[in-house]
Formats: sequence, C-alpha cells, structure tokens
Amino acid sequence: MSSLQVILDALPTLLQGVLITMKLAFISLCIAFVIGLIAGLMNTSQNKILRGVATFYVDLIRGTPLLVQIFFIYLGLPAFLDIRISEEIGGIAALSLNAGAYIAEVVRGGIVSIDKGQVEASRSLGLSRFLTMRLVILPQALRRMIPAFVNQFIISLKDTSLLSVIGIRELTQNGEIIISSNFRAFEIWGIVGAIYFVIIYILTRLFRQLERRFSS
Amino acid sequence: MIVVQNLRKKYGSLEVLKDISTTVREKEVVCVIGPSGSGKSTFLRCLNLLEDVTSGKVTIGDVEVTSPKTNIDKLRENVGMVFQSFNLFPHLTVLKNIMLAPKHIKKLDKQLNEKRAIELLEKVGLAEKKDESPDRLSGGQKQRVAIARALAMNPRVMLFDEPTSALDPEMVGEVLLVMKELAREGITMIVVTHEMGFAREVADRVIFMDGGYIVEEGTPSEIFDFPKHERTKAFLGKLL
Repeated sequence: MSSLQVILDALPTLLQGVLITMKLAFISLCIAFVIGLIAGLMNTSQNKILRGVATFYVDLIRGTPLLVQIFFIYLGLPAFLDIRISEEIGGIAALSLNAGAYIAEVVRGGIVSIDKGQVEASRSLGLSRFLTMRLVILPQALRRMIPAFVNQFIISLKDTSLLSVIGIRELTQNGEIIISSNFRAFEIWGIVGAIYFVIIYILTRLFRQLERRFSS
Repeated sequence: MIVVQNLRKKYGSLEVLKDISTTVREKEVVCVIGPSGSGKSTFLRCLNLLEDVTSGKVTIGDVEVTSPKTNIDKLRENVGMVFQSFNLFPHLTVLKNIMLAPKHIKKLDKQLNEKRAIELLEKVGLAEKKDESPDRLSGGQKQRVAIARALAMNPRVMLFDEPTSALDPEMVGEVLLVMKELAREGITMIVVTHEMGFAREVADRVIFMDGGYIVEEGTPSEIFDFPKHERTKAFLGKLL
C-alpha cells in the first residue's frame, strides 16, 4: 500500500481525534482561565493566607511534570478516595489545573506591570480596592496578557497529546491505535505531527489578527 | 476644615515627617513649598491616606482620617487629588475618565453624568477632546483632564501633588490658570508646588517645609518678602 493510501485511510479516524483534542484544549483552557484569574488575584492580594495558598498551588504545579499530574489526578486521587472518574473528566481536570497555574503567573505579572499611579488615582477618587481592580487594573492588565494567553493555549493544546496515556481517544491516541494495526509508524506519526502543526499554525495566525484588531 | 496634629511618617528607620501640625480653613488655598525630599509630597499623601501614617492625627471636616474606623473610600470621595504624573486611565476616553467614579460610586444616571462631565471639560477648556484617548493629549491637556476627573466627585478639598512638575514649560501656564479659577471659586486647596509665582499670587498661606518639618508658614508676603528662618531664606535665595 502506498504511503498516500495509508494516510488517506487513517484520516477519518485521525480527524475524529482532532475534534476531541480541540474540545479538550478548549474546555481546559476556559476552566484554566478562571482558575488562573482567581489564583493570580490571590497572589497579588494583601492577605497572607490567600497569597500563600496561591503560591503553593503555582509552585506545586510548576515543580511537577504534567504526566505525573495526569496520573495522580486520574489514577491516584480516585484510588485514594475510592471513586471512579471518566478519562475525560480526569484529563480535563489535570490539564486545567496545570494551565491554571501558568495563567496565574501571567495574571500576576500583568497586574503588577500596571503603574502604581493608576491604583492611586482610582483609590483617590473613592473607588474601592475591588472596583479599582475591576474597572482600572484588570482591563489594562488583561489586554497586556493576551500574547501570553495565546502562548499558553498553544502549549495546552499540544499537552493534550499526553492524555493519550490514560486512553482518551484524541489525535495522538488515535494515531497509536492505527499504527498498532497497520505498523506504518513513519506515515502515521508524520501525519499526526503535520495535523498538530497545521492547527497551531492556523490558530496562531487567527489570534495574531484578533490581537491586531484589539490593540488598534 | 483640615486639622493635622503631630503627624509623623517613617519608612523603616527613615523619618520623613517629623511632627507636623497645621490647620487649613475652609476655602483656604495653601501652597506647600520646600526642597526635594523635604517631605511635602508625603505630607500631602498622608492627608488622604495614600501613605499610611506612623503616628499623629488628621481630621478633614468632621472625619478623623487616621482613625481605623473611618471608611477611607467614603472620605476620598470628598478629597480630590491631582498627581504629578496625571495618572489618567489609558483604556478609557477622556469623557469616561471623568465619568468613571460618579458612575460607580454615586450611581449617577448616565445622561446626567455625561452632561456634568462635559461641563467640567468645558471648564478646563477641553470639551472638544471628550472622545479622545488620553495618550493623544499633551501633558498640559492631560493634567487639565485629571483636574476635571477629580472635580467630578464634587470634592470639598483638592490636593495637588506637584501638578506642573512633569510638564514642558509652555504648558505650565494653562494648568495654573485652571487652578487659579478653582481657587477663585472658593474650593479648599492644598498645593505642593515649585511654582513660586503661583504660590505668591494665589495662596492665602504658604508653608515652607524642610527635613520633615514645617519650618515656617505665613502669608505669601511673610514667606517670600520677609522670611524669618535661615533655611527659608537659603531656599528662596537659591531660586532667584
């Protein structure tokens, strides 16, 4: 069978995997954004306990490999708690918690990059700490964070391939399944890589255009 | 109106304000002058607690600013502040800069808020810039918008922290003109400044600070024409 034929035969299955990959990345990133925003805000808070909790979370995630986090959340925790969770829930939880920690750092960096004078001007008008954050700091900080968010989205999209280890039938896992029956590793890994590349290439262009429109 | 008693401010072991006491009457215009590092900006920032106070007491109207029970946000609504670096909100238009605090604190109706904001812009001569982004304005224009923004909350007191120090010389005049107009309207003002001409012409009283103390205070004539203290004389002598 020609290489082309091998690839064409594999495509329907691989594209099904692409859908799962995109879904995992999208859901995880949305959750991660919320986690990251909360943890990032906690990290800039005056309250030592909130700051401590956020710092511990970020350090813990950054200090351990994603693969270990996936195993721990999908296999470790349920074993300890004596429950069962689906692969998808486990995978999304691991990916969200992982990306959330990196986004927390992006959020923290964005907030501290805003000039102190902005806070002083807002507070001196009588706006509370909360309103100052919501109306003055975050709108400016979030705009600055966009490139870093895009970067994290791309990283997390690629990280979904690690979820193949817990049997989620995303792009990488489907590739493996196909190879185990046709033994055409060269063609299949080649096309799997190409598909990731194309998706990310298109997304990067798309985001860059959005960014340009947003900043003008 | 404003009573300051034995105000002290320390940064670690560095004492920036050493026992400041003074009183500002309603509608009085007070200029604070003195060399850099004399503590005059810190003094001003202690009045609305942008700097926390190490010890002493500040009272504005009938509110004790330094009491831990005071709702500081509430107090700040009545105390406008203008900064050396303008600190306009760059993500909002000129008009929205002015409307922000009345909208969210006073819950002012949008149309009324906008009408008042435009009136304030007219007052500072910038009504035609209402939809501009702040970073398209000159320094003098930015500062005039900042003054309008502070006025939008109808403060009883206005604090000016070196409002013209970051401006190109040709833009100082337009800002001082707006401030003179405010003084004439009878708003209580405390102005930290290096503009001696403004202090002499507009101030009811001038405070000279050096080394964290109020060295001398009096009418402009008392300070500028007949300074009593050597340090005042030395400081004013250097300016000429």
